[in-house]
Amino acid sequence: MRTLTHLERLEAESIHIMREVVREGVRPVMLYSVGKDSAVMLHLARKAFYPSPPPFPLLHVDTTWKFRAMYELRERAAREAGMDLLVWQNPEALERGINPFDHGALHTDMWKTEGLKQALNHYGFDVAFGGARRDEEKSRAKERVFSFRSASHGWDPKNQRPELWNLYNTRKAKGESIRAFPLSNWTELDIWQYIMAEGIEIVPLYLAQKRPTVERDGLLLMVDDDRFPLAAGELPVMRSIRFRTLGCYPLTGAVESEAATLEAVVQEMLLTTTSERQGRAIDKDEGGAGMEKKKAEGYF
Amino acid sequence: MADAPAYEVDALIAEDIGAYLAQHQSKSLLRFITCGSVDDGKSTLIGRLLYDSKMIFEDQLAQLEADSKRVGTQGQEIDFALLVDGLAAEREQGITIDVAYRFFATEKRKFIVADTPGHEQYTRNMVTGASTADLAVILVDARKGVLVQTRRHSFIAHLLGIRHIVLAVNKMDLIGYDQAIFDQIVADYSSFSESIGIESFAAIPISGFKGDNITAAPSLATPWYGGPSLIAHLENVELGGDAAQSRPLRMPVQWVNRPNLDFRGFSGLIASGSVKPGDAVRIVPSGKTSTVKSIVTFGGDLDSAVAGQSVTLTLTDEIDCSRGDVIAAAGDPPEASDQFEATLVWMSDEALKPGRGYWLKLAAQTVTASVQEPKYEINVNTMARLAAKTLELNAIGVAEIQTDRPITFEAYENSRSLGGFILIDKITNATVAAGLLHFSLRRAQNVHWQATTITRADHAALKNQQPRVLWFTGLSGSGKSTIANAVEQRLNLMNRHTFLLDGDNVRHGLNKDLGFTEADRIENIRRVGEVARLMADAGLVVLTAFISPFRAERQMVREILPEGEFIEIFVDTPLSVAEARDVKGLYKKARAGELKNFTGIDSPYEPPENPDIRVNTVEMTVDEAADEIIRQIMPLK
Repeated sequence: MRTLTHLERLEAESIHIMREVVREGVRPVMLYSVGKDSAVMLHLARKAFYPSPPPFPLLHVDTTWKFRAMYELRERAAREAGMDLLVWQNPEALERGINPFDHGALHTDMWKTEGLKQALNHYGFDVAFGGARRDEEKSRAKERVFSFRSASHGWDPKNQRPELWNLYNTRKAKGESIRAFPLSNWTELDIWQYIMAEGIEIVPLYLAQKRPTVERDGLLLMVDDDRFPLAAGELPVMRSIRFRTLGCYPLTGAVESEAATLEAVVQEMLLTTTSERQGRAIDKDEGGAGMEKKKAEGYF
Repeated sequence: MADAPAYEVDALIAEDIGAYLAQHQSKSLLRFITCGSVDDGKSTLIGRLLYDSKMIFEDQLAQLEADSKRVGTQGQEIDFALLVDGLAAEREQGITIDVAYRFFATEKRKFIVADTPGHEQYTRNMVTGASTADLAVILVDARKGVLVQTRRHSFIAHLLGIRHIVLAVNKMDLIGYDQAIFDQIVADYSSFSESIGIESFAAIPISGFKGDNITAAPSLATPWYGGPSLIAHLENVELGGDAAQSRPLRMPVQWVNRPNLDFRGFSGLIASGSVKPGDAVRIVPSGKTSTVKSIVTFGGDLDSAVAGQSVTLTLTDEIDCSRGDVIAAAGDPPEASDQFEATLVWMSDEALKPGRGYWLKLAAQTVTASVQEPKYEINVNTMARLAAKTLELNAIGVAEIQTDRPITFEAYENSRSLGGFILIDKITNATVAAGLLHFSLRRAQNVHWQATTITRADHAALKNQQPRVLWFTGLSGSGKSTIANAVEQRLNLMNRHTFLLDGDNVRHGLNKDLGFTEADRIENIRRVGEVARLMADAGLVVLTAFISPFRAERQMVREILPEGEFIEIFVDTPLSVAEARDVKGLYKKARAGELKNFTGIDSPYEPPENPDIRVNTVEMTVDEAADEIIRQIMPLK
């Protein structure tokens, strides 16, 4: 008798989900955001299909505003996994120069929500893996592992299929698509624990280091390139910071920290008193229902 | 508030994170379900568990405090229920309508809680949550005692194979922590639970609101209580995965891993037992045996693997094995059968249609299955068995199930993986039912397929043609029989071997025992489909002229034939035109109420969405329609 640890059971479940998708989906793709959850998801995919490479490409829905360190890891991670990397930038957003400084919520809507829909339609993917976890946010707690999207990519939380045992009904009508969430039952701590146990490479921004920063609306932002508009006479301040989540650098708040190792990061996380998405601007829209509303519109 | 601190982990985290992580690394995982309605304080209890285990952060707490004052039901105190009722609709209506999954951890274990609603109209949600749980916390309001809903929750938990039941008698603070009341509730529950086959349960007096006996026991208010706290109990019960390891090896094959010609591995999640290189295994249903060569993983080959792990096995022999097969202990393989008795939980607004073909998914097997009229439905409140002709949303019943080919299975009570299944509607793709297989009604092994030397290809070759089933569908009076007849005449002149199956004619013989109810119409088409298949096997071009009003049944026939042989021909005639023709005078009778269940009048017709051929009888003559069909199906070779 050998009692499996919770990480072993989570890993087995995620791998099972991925294999079901590959066997039952027609054109699967893995959404790869270069964050720590994506890193774990990619690692699990390599495990699920070894010695074959994962039989689907990676898709990065790019906003052109990610941290530079993310772009660097993106190429390397795909190469090491032996997978094709597809990068999609919403051509309309590109043309109109949509950016987080001037366009606010429109930035997320056009680059991410619209960009994702465009990319899935363009390539004809019918199943997209995403790294969302149920512990992230209240409406995620009720989302299925296999989450269905209408032909226009909308999510209807009242009309979800029951998911029993580990049986997934992957059947869908033409035009419909599926978001599959193999990390549904992982928590933030599980993710960190697994990264440490498996030696998974993550973007160095998760570890504390002295970086140039400015304060904007209560968020501590990193000046990652010269597109960041500084006020007259304003100079970035070097602070020891790290990030708990990674997105577009002008929208992602850093925390001041001295945690330069994974252990120290986990230690800080466990002793901290604010939730992970707190550094993100988008959840706070529309009262408590911000994320639910975005998902109904097609946000991942 | 709780009279004992939650978990003393902060000190360890601060002082020795390495030691803490090592401890966390070796935690096990328990999945449990909480059953109870809003009134029982279920959400409050879960909120309390999250709060006490530090899973609530300051920003969430700040929002919670603000929300509590705005819409909460606890006055100025924190309303934990707001923390767990996720969807906007639920927050507004103050009810839990879906299954939500919550996570927390103690020093010993990580927990996944399925939080499901308690009302009868959400039975399906509770079944969903219970399907993956090892333990159920049944909440009872101490002021109300064992209620109808307590019985329903217990019955469902037991039905879904949950072996550990906790009777949490909540709101003890509101009855002054009275031991006598607690004891009476436990006695009531004990006699009920025994009657439905629950072997044992643990009873704990708690207050989710005040925190009594949640993390430490006994609380100051219940000195008379001698058992563990709720958390202590959850930390120590036996895990379902451990029990599965002591059963024989079963690994449903999900995916065949073939990176190159030299490697062929079989990937799956081990459902029960354990495996190591050198073990003798049998592939079910083929019955072929081989030996495990290696257990391949990304991190290197393993010496052994156990139930609950996802692995890839290689075998010493090149034997046939694909998705849906089960790799099993050679000396103790599971059975295969195509007729079962099963319990069904109906999950769709559209009621069960006995006889209709549904997709049945069990482990990695997907087959077509039909359900007989239920033997009985179970009243989930009284456990009484009621006669039933169908199963409506949230109904639980027992029925016989037939599959179109044998599937490998085990009784649900022995294996959730090989005994639990779902039914899927073939048209809407909705998951319409959850099922629990109990036993095979006859050993399918006793009814073998007899292999014949002359194959269907030989039959067809001799006739110098490709078999086809030309399936005419349309309203009564649309012209199906007339056009089919004209098509057959043309084929006959071209020396094709044909046979025309006509709806009226078949009802004089083969199907004379069938009427026109929905169930009989389904059976009518099933039989005609089987006959058409036999004739196609014999090499014929079969023409059928039946109203065949339901998409699902036409789809069923399409699926029992080789791909491309089923040609759906929609004889598209508007109801008004067909009714005006009224060749047989049937519409007149139906309108007069003398004929019941008449398609188009008081019984639905579902037109094909993408017919292979469509003929419009308003614009085309019979000869034009027949010529058009011939043009589209030729050359038939």
